[in-house]
Amino acid sequence: MASGTDKSAEPAMVQESAFQRFLRATELDTRLLGMVGALVLIWIGFHLAGIWRTGNGIFLSPRNLWILLVQTSSIAVMTTGMVMIIVMRHIDLSVGSLLGVIAVIMGYAQVYVLGPWLGVGHPAIWILTVLIGLGAGALLGAFHGYLIAYAGIPSFIVTLGGLIVWRGAAWAVIRGETVAPMDERFELLGGGPFYASIGATASWVLGVIICVVIVLAIRSGRQSRQKFNFPLRPIWAENFLGVVGCLLTLGTVWLVNSYYFPPKLANDYAEANNIPIPEGGLMIPHGFAIPVLIAAAAGIIMTFVAVRTRFGRYIYAIGGNPEAAELAGINTKRITLLMFSIMGVLAAVSACISSARLNAASNALGQFDELYVIAATVIGGTSLAGGVGTIYGAILGALVMQSLQSGMTLLNFDSAYKDMAVGSVLVFAVWLDQLYRRRTN
Amino acid sequence: MSTTMTAHTSPTIQAFSEGRKPLAEMRDISIAFGGIKAVDHASLELYEGEVVALLGHNGAGKSTLIKILSGAYQRDNGEIFINGEKATIDNPRDAKRYGIETIYQTLALADNVDAAANLFLGRELRTKWGTLDDVAMEAATREVMGRLNPNFRRFKEPVKKLSGGQRQSVAIARAIHFNANILIMDEPTAALGPQETQQVADLTLELKKQGIGIFLISHDIHDVFDLADRVAVMKNGRIVGTARVGDVTKDEVLGMIILGKCPPGAIPGPGALAS
Ligand SMILES: Nc1ncnc2c1ncn2[C@@H]1O[C@H](COP(=O)(O)OP(=O)(O)O)[C@@H](O)[C@H]1O
Ligand SMILES: [Mg+2]
Repeated sequence: MASGTDKSAEPAMVQESAFQRFLRATELDTRLLGMVGALVLIWIGFHLAGIWRTGNGIFLSPRNLWILLVQTSSIAVMTTGMVMIIVMRHIDLSVGSLLGVIAVIMGYAQVYVLGPWLGVGHPAIWILTVLIGLGAGALLGAFHGYLIAYAGIPSFIVTLGGLIVWRGAAWAVIRGETVAPMDERFELLGGGPFYASIGATASWVLGVIICVVIVLAIRSGRQSRQKFNFPLRPIWAENFLGVVGCLLTLGTVWLVNSYYFPPKLANDYAEANNIPIPEGGLMIPHGFAIPVLIAAAAGIIMTFVAVRTRFGRYIYAIGGNPEAAELAGINTKRITLLMFSIMGVLAAVSACISSARLNAASNALGQFDELYVIAATVIGGTSLAGGVGTIYGAILGALVMQSLQSGMTLLNFDSAYKDMAVGSVLVFAVWLDQLYRRRTN
Repeated sequence: MSTTMTAHTSPTIQAFSEGRKPLAEMRDISIAFGGIKAVDHASLELYEGEVVALLGHNGAGKSTLIKILSGAYQRDNGEIFINGEKATIDNPRDAKRYGIETIYQTLALADNVDAAANLFLGRELRTKWGTLDDVAMEAATREVMGRLNPNFRRFKEPVKKLSGGQRQSVAIARAIHFNANILIMDEPTAALGPQETQQVADLTLELKKQGIGIFLISHDIHDVFDLADRVAVMKNGRIVGTARVGDVTKDEVLGMIILGKCPPGAIPGPGALAS
């Protein structure tokens, strides 16, 4: 094991600072560190501003951070696909409208079709609804992909058209009505009612499982590199990554478990489940909210697709050099169609989250989401020139944007000023990113 | 008139091949881009273990002709035979299936991914779960690159960060790793220094010894004259002529390139200056 340390000495650089050595050994991306730093600064800044304005900071309270995560979920899910679309040198302006039309289709299906047919409250309703939504997303996305890949219409135009068409279609499906309420179980997907989270025990179990996976992944990565006698990371760097990964995971679990049911709801819940109420009130932790888990799952699955599958490799290769990808024998048209179809599915997932959270479907749902999704993706380091971008970066970008919005809401900013601030941050972030890239290249 | 003379004074291609079937034969190939006849009724064949240098000025149509063989372009006219049988090459995948590998003049690398990802692009190794086997691909890449460019260490970096020579060796590694029967090298030494150029020359001879047929494209006769068994010269999309290297002098080949004048030692093509 100790021999790994020597092998990591690939090209010997002269005069490396301790920090540079640390970065090289851990193979951490400096952009990632920068974004995490920016996020922490934003959080602390809003917390301090809260203390200054009102006397008590609430931004860094478990309740606020828990809500922040829930509010980020819908956008975060869509950024995981938008990264790959933009990496492939395309754009999808239609995701907000897709979300709207799919939400309306799902609302219509459960309220006017599945409810009357199966009986309101039937346990299959939410499953069928979700399947209908995902199917619609896959089809609509594939349709966009077909027009882009096979008919050769630029994605900007196809999805700009989609932005307008699907918003109109959302209105047409329900003639501008609002469909409500959603099926009870479906509603849980939005984290809406307070029980739409998995509770303390399950959250800890999940946290521990993730920690085990992190450790196993680091070990198996090291072993396979050892098998081929490749240079290894120094053992301290591996340990560092493992420890930080586990601490972050468990810290998040602790955070979501520190947000308790409000007293009245806790009492209702206790009564409904025949739990005796102890003195001082019942403390029921929320644990992870279901939409947050959905977003995390989307992030993990899409990261897996991006870095571990041929499909993902081809997306990046197409973004790097479309002609080279074609000459390498990659069927770039099929990949394009498939990617837009996946984007449609992700918009459908977000449609589930958004309409469940609102407990209603209206044709205005998801309006302007395409802008937030693209902004989050770009803030997260995805280059509009294509070829470069990470999914974790985009999710962090979504978190940054939502933090700004929530923080300003807590400080009672008018929404007009919020919009102005968020827009400026987008431009500022991209400018910073370009400075950074110019320096590192 | 020059045709009959040639037949008397020089061994023809039939004599060279001694009745062997060509590995690859392009017959009467034409392609036009919006009115420009980039390749105009060109025919060319390649035998086992043979190096054919395809020469001509910039814009003569060399790259376009071989891109038709490698499936990058679809011809307007003509036929391709591989091992004597008519071949259907509609895209790069088809060409690779026939064992045709190509080092493109532009290198055709995806700049944003690393050497291993480029080497295996379109033919990735996978684990038993169907996921990318990056470690195995890196191992294979280290092995091939070790032969071509022993000092190469930058396996983890996107190829955009590599030097011109290193990028060129990645493109060469990709072409030789998959057991090609027919290798097309379009100006492979354009970005290389003298030492690396010599390495490519050695590699060419080694591959030739293994029986691989090689098209070596260049606009500079000095790069290829000593390596080639035959030269073929193009001008304005047409073949001026082909010749065994022993039957023509460098000056005569220069005359073919510059003037389109076919010397007695060569077999004239449709592009030969009428005399
Ligand atoms: N994709 C293309 N579109 C339009 N014209 C092309 C294309 N490829 C090549 N040509 C034209 O065909 C001619 C031959 O080019 P090329 O085969 O690249 O020459 P060479 O490789 O001999 O330098 C040139 O006039 C070039 O401009
Ligand atoms: Mg050329």
